[in-house]
Parts: sequence; C-alpha cells; structure tokens
Amino acid sequence: MNAVSRRSLSSWWLRLHHGRSAKSYPPAVSLLLVSPLMALLIVGFLYPVARLVQLSFTNGGEPYARLVRSGLYVGVLTDTILISATVAILCLVLGYPVALAMARLRRPVALLVAACVFIPLWTSVLIRSYAWVVLLQRNGLVNDLLITVGLIDMPLRLLYTHGAVILAMTHVLLPFAILPIQATLRSLPADLTRAASNLGATPVRAFLLVTLPLSLPGVFAGTLLCFVLALGFYITPALVGGPNSMMMATLIGQQTLVVLDWPFAAALSTLLLTVSLVLVAVFRRALAYNKGFSSVH
Amino acid sequence: MSINLIKDARARERPARHTRLTTPWRQQTTSLITAVTVGLVLFFLILPTAIIVPMSLNASSHLSFPPTSRTLDWYRAYFSDSDWITSTVFSLKIAFCTSLTSTLIGTLTALAVVRGELPFKGAIQAMALGPMIVPHVVLGVALYLVFAPLELTGSLLGFLIGHTVLAVPFVVITVTASLQRMDPALELAAASCGATRLRCFIHVTLPNILPGIAAGAVFAFLASFDEATVAFFISDIGGKSIGRKMFEDIDYNLTPVIAAASTVVVAASLCLIGIAHLISSSASPRTKQE
Repeated sequence: MNAVSRRSLSSWWLRLHHGRSAKSYPPAVSLLLVSPLMALLIVGFLYPVARLVQLSFTNGGEPYARLVRSGLYVGVLTDTILISATVAILCLVLGYPVALAMARLRRPVALLVAACVFIPLWTSVLIRSYAWVVLLQRNGLVNDLLITVGLIDMPLRLLYTHGAVILAMTHVLLPFAILPIQATLRSLPADLTRAASNLGATPVRAFLLVTLPLSLPGVFAGTLLCFVLALGFYITPALVGGPNSMMMATLIGQQTLVVLDWPFAAALSTLLLTVSLVLVAVFRRALAYNKGFSSVH
Repeated sequence: MSINLIKDARARERPARHTRLTTPWRQQTTSLITAVTVGLVLFFLILPTAIIVPMSLNASSHLSFPPTSRTLDWYRAYFSDSDWITSTVFSLKIAFCTSLTSTLIGTLTALAVVRGELPFKGAIQAMALGPMIVPHVVLGVALYLVFAPLELTGSLLGFLIGHTVLAVPFVVITVTASLQRMDPALELAAASCGATRLRCFIHVTLPNILPGIAAGAVFAFLASFDEATVAFFISDIGGKSIGRKMFEDIDYNLTPVIAAASTVVVAASLCLIGIAHLISSSASPRTKQE
C-alpha cells in the first residue's frame, strides 16, 4: 500500500517536473511561467477590486439600499442600459455593410477600407471624443454646415446631450462590431453565395438566405461586445455628455472625485463589474468565436 | 446519357441567366446603395481623426472650414509649454516601462498557456484576458482606493502596475498567435538532436516568435500611452499623464493646442502601428492570411 502510493507519488513528481513530451513544458515549469502574471494580477487587479467590493458592503449594504431607493440613480441605470443598447444596435447596423465590404473587396480597395477602420481604432478614445466636442459645439462644423445648407437658422445645442453621447460612443465602438463580423464573414466559403446564385438567387436573396444567417454568430459577438464596453464607458460620456446624460461610469467618477462618497461609488462599481462579468461569462462561447477581439482594445 | 444531363443542366441554367439579365438595374442599384452606405460609414469613422490636422493648423481658435489661414503656432505652444511636455514625457516613460514588463509577463504566460501542461488552463487564460472586459472606470477607482494611502498615485510605479494589467492581454494574444503558427516539430527536432529545453527555447522557439513579441510590445506601448480612464483616476498634481492633461484642457479651456498635441500623438501612434504590422507580416512568410 505504502509502496504503491510512494510509486504513484514519484510518478506524479516525475510528471510534474518532466512533462509528457519534449513538445510541452511540464506543469511545474508552466506554473513558474505564469507566476509573474499571477503576482501582477493579485497586486494590480484582484486585491484592489476585492477592496472596492468589500467597501461597498459597509454598513451592511446601505449603499445598495440607497441605490435602489433613489429614483435619480435608478434613472441613471436605465439610461445607461438604454444608451448602451442603442449604441450596440447602431454599431451593428452601421458596421455590417463595412464588414461585408472588408470581407468581399479585393486588395487595394480593401486596404483603404481597413485603414478607415483601424486608424480610428488606434486613435486614443480621448482624442476622438475631443474631435466630437469640437465638431458638435455651438459654433462647430456640424452647426455651420446645417446653417449653410439652410436647414436651421440658429445653431442647435448638440453637445452635452444624449444624442451626442450616442453618436460619439457609436463612433468609438464601431470597429469592435466591424471586426468580429468581418472575421465571421471571411471564414464563410465563397462557394456558398456562388452556389446560391447558380441556383438562380439574386444577390440580395443570396445574401438574405445564405450569408446573413451564417454570419449571425459574429453579429451576436460584435453587438454583445459593444454593449458590454458601452456599459462601462467613462471618457466619452464625461466629455461629450452633460449633467443630464449621466451614465453609470460618469456617476462613479462623480461620486469618487466630487461627492467623495466612496462606499456608494464602490457599490456602483460592484454592480457595473458584476453585470459586465456575468454577460461575458454567460456568452463566453459566443465571444470566444469572435476572432476580431484579438485586434481590439 | 451524360451529354443529356449536361444539356439538361444547360437548359435549366438558361432561364436563370435570363432573369439575371433582365434585372441588371436592380443589381446595380443594390450595389450602388451598399457602396454609398459603406462610403458614408467610412467617412463617419475617419472624420474625427482627420479633422484634427486642419484644426491644429488653423490660425483662428474657432474651426472654420475651409481653414482661413495656416499657422504652426499651436505646435510651438505645445512644445514650449512645460506642463504639456512634462506630462508627455511622463506618459512616454510609463508606456516604455509598461511595454517592457507586459512583454516579459505576457510572453511567459503565452508560453505556459500554449506549450505548457498547465493546470486550470482555461481559468488562467480567462484571467489573463480579463482586464480587457473589466470596465476601466472600475479598475481606475479600485487602484486609486488602494494606491492613495500608499502614495502611489501619480507615481511611475503606480501607473506601471495599472497599465501593465491592461497591456498584458495584447502581448498574450499576439505571442499566443505566433506560437500557434509555429511548427512544434521544429522544437522536437532540436530536442532530439540533444538540445536542452532552455537551449531549444533560445535557439529555436524565440527566433520564431520574435515578430509576435515585438508586435505585442508595440501594442502594449500604445495601449498604455493611449489609455485615459485608469490614468485619469490615478494621476495627481505631482504626476500627470498626457491623457489626464488633455482631459482637463478639453473640459476647461478648449484650445487648438490640444489639436496640435493630438496630431503629434496620432502621427506617432500610427507610425508605431505601421512598424508593428511590417514586423509581424515580413517575418512570418508561412502565414498566408493577413
């Protein structure tokens, strides 16, 4: 008995240190390799987030009770969900044709389209939000244009509205919808649409009956990603939105920086974090499908 | 028999071709509508980035189009303002250090995840990519909460920790991709020729995944330099990132100096991204896609 367990122990020891084959690193080495990451995540991620969650439960969860009781905060929560959903759907509607073009077009034109998608992606969110502030302000380019065309006589108040937040956030998140859809469309064999048109389908029919249904996994992944990212957006609503278009993240910022109500900010953060993580965990498989995620931040 | 079949097929195909010939206008209008839609969306995508350049060159502080007269004053103002330059240099320092640490940590993680017999592989992989999903505002507030009593806000170390957490996923993704692209038989061959694991790694694995590591390092650098939310929360008067400086200026005094600073940042970022693409595409001839 003892001998057997010792043998199994020693074989376990061997497995731990030598591994199954020369192709792979044994478990002990692998664990050593991920240990810096674990240390980093504990110091810079898990511990701070745990402290924040702990802080939210001060006074037996009193901040949560306040969150539910106050109509103002419930309004911010529903606003956040509505704005994020609108942004996600807009990203899908605007992004799909671009994704299709990226997947179908040939080299020189495709490169141009890809540049138009990737250049904003690698422009800081802050700079893009700034550009929207300038475009939408009272004497900005959009108002100038509308007056020149003759649609309006007086400059409109475009900045610091829900519409401005939705517009700017759609712009920032659009690549996150385009890339997964594009990846799915590219993985579809070109023979499928060719077969459909051989059988007499018009391009529109072939698209509606063949391409569109097959691209739904990418559509779902991209839209979900946009929704989750929109829920936690800070910079864009903070700069483009006004006091009336408060979103969850800007409320958290206000509570920590202006009101200094840390337990309440912690409760809001915990709620936001939970919603984001649950959404991602539930739709894990759909998101893993999403290849475009790798080129996205 | 077979000729008949072919004839049959041809006969069946003819009406289809006929209907297609009768509706070219419909096809053309659909493709025209698609092209116009795509064009408009692309214009929408590129407009805000493109508008920054004329804005930074415009003589008047109010942006008019077409620009009335050009000036480089805003650039001069940017380069001579010590506040802007200090925050830019601080952000560059943070980004450089973040790039180094996250490249090291991310490469080791990718090696363990792809090549290692790692227990709880799925969980570790999810943890490594987790910071991409966590709302940055939550991370920023959490880090501020922990850093403030330790006086780490506004310090290089504080920023380094926060930004490395955010940048590691980029390195993990690029290095994982290049490891998966590499033929494991190469490592087996080296091992069967008597190379130890370390020798095998240094002489076979590392040269093969180097483009992926380099691309990951560039992405990590940019992820740190362009990151604004966490930086916003952990900045203080002593140490301010360029993002925080820009945010404050946009919020309080909207001057074209911001446009000049943005143009410099965007130009530098796009150059770096271009270099990263060149590195990763020139050094991996085995891949056909991308």
